[in-house]
Amino acid sequence: MQIKAILGDNIIQRIVYYAFDRPYNSPYDSYKARMSALEYAMKKTMYEKIWDSHLVVDAAGQAPLLYVDRHLMHEVTSPQAFEGLRISGRKVRNPHSILATMDHCVPTKNRDQPIADPIARKQIETMADNCLENGLNLYDMKSPNNGVIHVVVPEHGFVHPGMVVVCGDSHTATHGAFGALAFGIGTSEVEHVMATQTLPQKKSKTMQVVVNGALSKYASAKDIALAITGKIGTAGGTGYVIEYTGEAIRELSMEGRMTLCNMAIEAGARAGLVAPDEKTYEYLQGREFAPSAQHWDQALAYWKSLPSDDGAVFDATVTLDASDIAPQVSWGTSPEQVVGVDGLVPAPESFSDEIKRKACEGALAYMGLTANTKITDIAIDLVFIGSCTNGRIEDFRIAAEVAKGTKVANGVIAIAVPGSYHVKQQAEDEGLDKIFIEAGWEWRDPGCSMCLAMNGDELTKGQRSASTSNRNFEGRQGKGGRTHLVSPAMAAAAASAGHFVDIRKL
Amino acid sequence: MEPYKKHESIAALMDRSNVDTDQIIPKQFLKKVERSGFGVHLFHDWRFNDDGSDNAEFELNKPAFKDAKILVAGDNFGCGSSREHAPWAIADYGFNAIISTSYADIFYNNCFKNGILAIKVNKDQLAKLMTEINANEGVRFVIDLENQQVITPAGNGFGFEIDPFRKGNLLSGLDDIGLTLKHEAKITEYEQQHKQDYPWLWA
Repeated sequence: MQIKAILGDNIIQRIVYYAFDRPYNSPYDSYKARMSALEYAMKKTMYEKIWDSHLVVDAAGQAPLLYVDRHLMHEVTSPQAFEGLRISGRKVRNPHSILATMDHCVPTKNRDQPIADPIARKQIETMADNCLENGLNLYDMKSPNNGVIHVVVPEHGFVHPGMVVVCGDSHTATHGAFGALAFGIGTSEVEHVMATQTLPQKKSKTMQVVVNGALSKYASAKDIALAITGKIGTAGGTGYVIEYTGEAIRELSMEGRMTLCNMAIEAGARAGLVAPDEKTYEYLQGREFAPSAQHWDQALAYWKSLPSDDGAVFDATVTLDASDIAPQVSWGTSPEQVVGVDGLVPAPESFSDEIKRKACEGALAYMGLTANTKITDIAIDLVFIGSCTNGRIEDFRIAAEVAKGTKVANGVIAIAVPGSYHVKQQAEDEGLDKIFIEAGWEWRDPGCSMCLAMNGDELTKGQRSASTSNRNFEGRQGKGGRTHLVSPAMAAAAASAGHFVDIRKL
Repeated sequence: MEPYKKHESIAALMDRSNVDTDQIIPKQFLKKVERSGFGVHLFHDWRFNDDGSDNAEFELNKPAFKDAKILVAGDNFGCGSSREHAPWAIADYGFNAIISTSYADIFYNNCFKNGILAIKVNKDQLAKLMTEINANEGVRFVIDLENQQVITPAGNGFGFEIDPFRKGNLLSGLDDIGLTLKHEAKITEYEQQHKQDYPWLWA
């Protein structure tokens, strides 16, 4: 029992299998193989380490119960969970584990006015009431800390390596950038976590996505994320937790890693992970909810134990070369329908798989595109830079670099929506707002905005966007709206040209 | 939740893959603070014309599929956003079973929390069911969770696999939170150890 508690169930099962149960050919083979197998059995991936250390109950006939360290919240997926708690007379078990914001419904301009939409206003008010009633830390619309949940949380150092983090939001995967197991849950599960601080979970398989080499100039974490989704498909990661490894991943900033992990869900994965390293520790040190000086060394020692062991085995491995990744543009209505900016809109006949061919036909009809059109010949009406995918300071820096000295093309609307008030302030301190405004962009207040168009910022029927958000589903940015997913640099270049541009040639 | 019972009902067909939760319940309906009443908005952008009339082209508007409780759909059903409003809308509309080859993880979990049995089948089984519905729109299938069987008039039925924990919860209609709270002592014990091992999380 003692050994089991130290090593975790998983390891015991593997040792028993490799040392005793697995058949071997000869006694000598058997001795050698058993020794190396034992060594192998002791190796764990980062996911397995976090999983094992968070198991509260793992009894036969029940889903394993996983402990939750951090619970993030926004106004859209929480009200029914609070209602459930009230009806059943239950309490929030650990209010300090929760950080809440308002982001999906909030206007990004005229914030001093009441919200015009009465249903959205009620949702915002309900969030405030629920947080007050339960003593939760809420960054409301007036707070200088307000912003998109997945931008705000890292800014305050609320997520650390090795944690289990949940939120009623599929883009919770973002926080895997810190080496935390972070995943989206439904509202019933939000209620479950509030009441019990745990979740019944099925263990995922592990997938290693290795990105070797170096990115070319202006290719970014967003392009890696889109290229991976293009390669494995939106269901390619279903049932898996992805760990991103390789030289190109190590080179990414924390912001870039957040962009990458954010879109793990777009490849169907439960979560994305990047092993913590010096960049992670440096990013966290000194932030509000980071470990205090008193505990720093102890936390650091723990964090350094987290990366996957050398030789740990993943259930699947996918390899990409970063130097092959051109700036990506989505052409269809699924994030797997992407192509390099130097490519063409594909023809349905080019897909051998019948389902993919049918999906291509449907997407081209919805998108109003003709097969074999050059991506750089596609004209756009609106540009959106922002969201939990690309709403961080680094995103606005690179976009401003491209936008500097240009003018938004005639007939094009360009909107920059910082991911948080802190991002907005930082950008203004660096003078980025002036670059955008002088180029003819709108410089807004923070929120999810046009990523999912719940707050009134939306495309009208037939309008076409270059968007740094994460989903190009039909109607995502407004009924009949046509979304092309791109990186911030690509979005900024499209704004001044009026069509997509291969920024490597600028 | 009501305990899940064996039932026979019309099976509606959506021959589309990668149906995402943005389509199942578009974002303009996510502002409500209640759990009920989402059924009228299910598949809104596909189901209704711009003037609010029914879109006759949309499969679920076919008269033969009226009152269907079983939804047969293509691969990777429910991908995208985690919104539980999607299964709320599906259940409120009247479906209590979905049959597909695969589901997005979060959506799949959400179904079982809302009394929807999401059945996974192989491509061959799905193709047979689709053919049977196409040949006889309005056909009724039997869903028998207890014995893990789908039964069809043309004999395309099959047994299906399901996690025993999920099955048990559906059959009993038990509340997940209540089940977890039976482990209250273990959770508290874990928390005490957690405070010792990771004191910076509790400082």
